[in-house]
Amino acid sequence: MREALVEVVDLVKTFGGLVATDEVSLTLHQGEIHAVIGPNGAGKTTLISQLSGRLKPSGGKILISGRDVTHLPVAARSRMGLARSFQITSLFFDFTALDNVAIAVQASRGHSFRFWQDVTTDEAIYGPARQFLSRLGLEARAQVPAGDLSYGEQRQLELAMALATKPRVLLLDEPMAGMGHDESAKIIALLREIKNDYAILLVEHDMKAVFALADRITVLVNGAVLASGPPESIRGNPEVRRAYLGETTPKEGGVR
Amino acid sequence: MTLNRRLIATALLLVGLGLIPIIAKSIGYLFLLTLFTRIVILAIAAVSLDLILGFGGMISFGHAVFLGIGGYAVGIAAHHGYYSALVQWPIGLAASALFGLITGALCLRTRGVYFIMITLAFSQLVYFLSVGIDSYGSDDGLTIYKRSTMGGLIDLGNKTTFYYVCYASLLLCLFLAWRIVRSPFGRVIQAARSNENRLQVLGIATDRYRLVAYVIASTMCGLAGILLANHTDFISPALIHWTRSGDLMIMVVLGGMGTLFGPVAGTIALLVLEEVLSTITEHWMIVLGPLLLLMALFKRGGLSALLGGRKA
Ligand SMILES: Nc1ncnc2c1ncn2[C@@H]1O[C@H](COP(=O)(O)OP(=O)(O)OP(=O)(O)O)[C@@H](O)[C@H]1O
Ligand SMILES: [Mg+2]
Repeated sequence: MREALVEVVDLVKTFGGLVATDEVSLTLHQGEIHAVIGPNGAGKTTLISQLSGRLKPSGGKILISGRDVTHLPVAARSRMGLARSFQITSLFFDFTALDNVAIAVQASRGHSFRFWQDVTTDEAIYGPARQFLSRLGLEARAQVPAGDLSYGEQRQLELAMALATKPRVLLLDEPMAGMGHDESAKIIALLREIKNDYAILLVEHDMKAVFALADRITVLVNGAVLASGPPESIRGNPEVRRAYLGETTPKEGGVR
Repeated sequence: MTLNRRLIATALLLVGLGLIPIIAKSIGYLFLLTLFTRIVILAIAAVSLDLILGFGGMISFGHAVFLGIGGYAVGIAAHHGYYSALVQWPIGLAASALFGLITGALCLRTRGVYFIMITLAFSQLVYFLSVGIDSYGSDDGLTIYKRSTMGGLIDLGNKTTFYYVCYASLLLCLFLAWRIVRSPFGRVIQAARSNENRLQVLGIATDRYRLVAYVIASTMCGLAGILLANHTDFISPALIHWTRSGDLMIMVVLGGMGTLFGPVAGTIALLVLEEVLSTITEHWMIVLGPLLLLMALFKRGGLSALLGGRKA
């Protein structure tokens, strides 16, 4: 088995009486895409937010390369190699597309307490930034303010930024949501091409994409793991089928 | 290129400011020199505020407190017989930086309206402190009988000389701000204004950067306070009053937030308007108010938006 980069152990998150993450354990391995699927409100985004540090778990542990990071803040975890893309597009909307990637590159190059260097002409930043942008096919849109990009382009820019921080772990929250067919095909091809270099957690509603990409699938329902295993075993799992048909009986304290 | 247009406009503005003493002398309007000395000094304060307000998105409603701290440093030192700029100025700058560091660390834990309120609260705290301390004049203020001395090299008592010292200070501050805005640090500050949460996910602990920016702005405004005390030969709590902080905000917004041209143009516009309108009617605020409102409604980028193009 390949190196386990991220381990989640018995993670619990409650919002008041609502259990959004219910003793979830999973592992992300270098070179693997681990898909997390589940109906709306299953707790997928909540899980990612706890991994990235945005939300504090109510219980359980998160380890990166064996180190307990459960209580580390967002920025510190990013510096350990965690990158995230958001389900709800989160960009520097008044920056150009290129500047969005440039700040991500800058973030990966150590601290920014440099007051005297002219970043606007710094090839060490803009060189890689342009590369990541063209990797997502956005080079022609470099000078367009991110807020003026089409929705699909904004999603691609999210991904370019996540890659530009040179992470080891990618947490992707519905990267293909709202994309056209061609665009998602492009992202699928890209993820397949790069996956050897990362441990990827992929949350995605598009089952075609999930089954095309995933090495392992975890199904979340009402915050809890309903099933976890290789794609074939998930595809044939009757419980999973039922969950997706909306026939679940809500668990105690769970989500409706 | 609109970018060039903005650059040219800024250069013209600065050259124009540099010629003020000559213009004032040749047309015999010496009060112009006094007015523009004040303008140049307050422009420094406005530039410093723009660093955090315009570029950093930190809406400070208590920025004038640093005018007060710089000013009182000069006044209090002079009161005790220390006139040397080598004593007064470092104290004023250090005190501003320190106050910025301490209050900034507290204020920056909050966001939005809370940040506005807490910066206001801290400045009012110092305001009431300055009103309450009898030994330094309390309400009546403190007259400064001699301007900062510079070892006989530069005589700040000379109006033209003093103007050029203020002018050089403004140029220096603008240059520093320009470098900062284009630096990796400046990028972080502007990105934090745009989407702080995203920046943290990229691995940048935004708090420290925002605090350092706050301290830089505090120190720069402290310098304006030092100059202002020398200009008026007098300090009083009015220097710190919240309306003064409001004036600084108006200058920045009027001129155009997040530009370097903006705060300078805004300061000139506000003070000249004030001067002109107050000779026409004593209720000049009634005229100025709606004017500002129109500006805010129809030209959101302030005066610098009239030049068109992207921010520079
Ligand atoms: N900050 C919050 N406060 C209270 N409840 C929350 C909060 N965030 C999420 N929840 C609830 O937790 C549950 C899980 O939400 P989450 O966003 O993780 O679901 P999801 O699986 O990502 O859904 P979707 O597929 O719609 O994106 C939902 O019932 C949601 O309403
Ligand atoms: Mg979600």
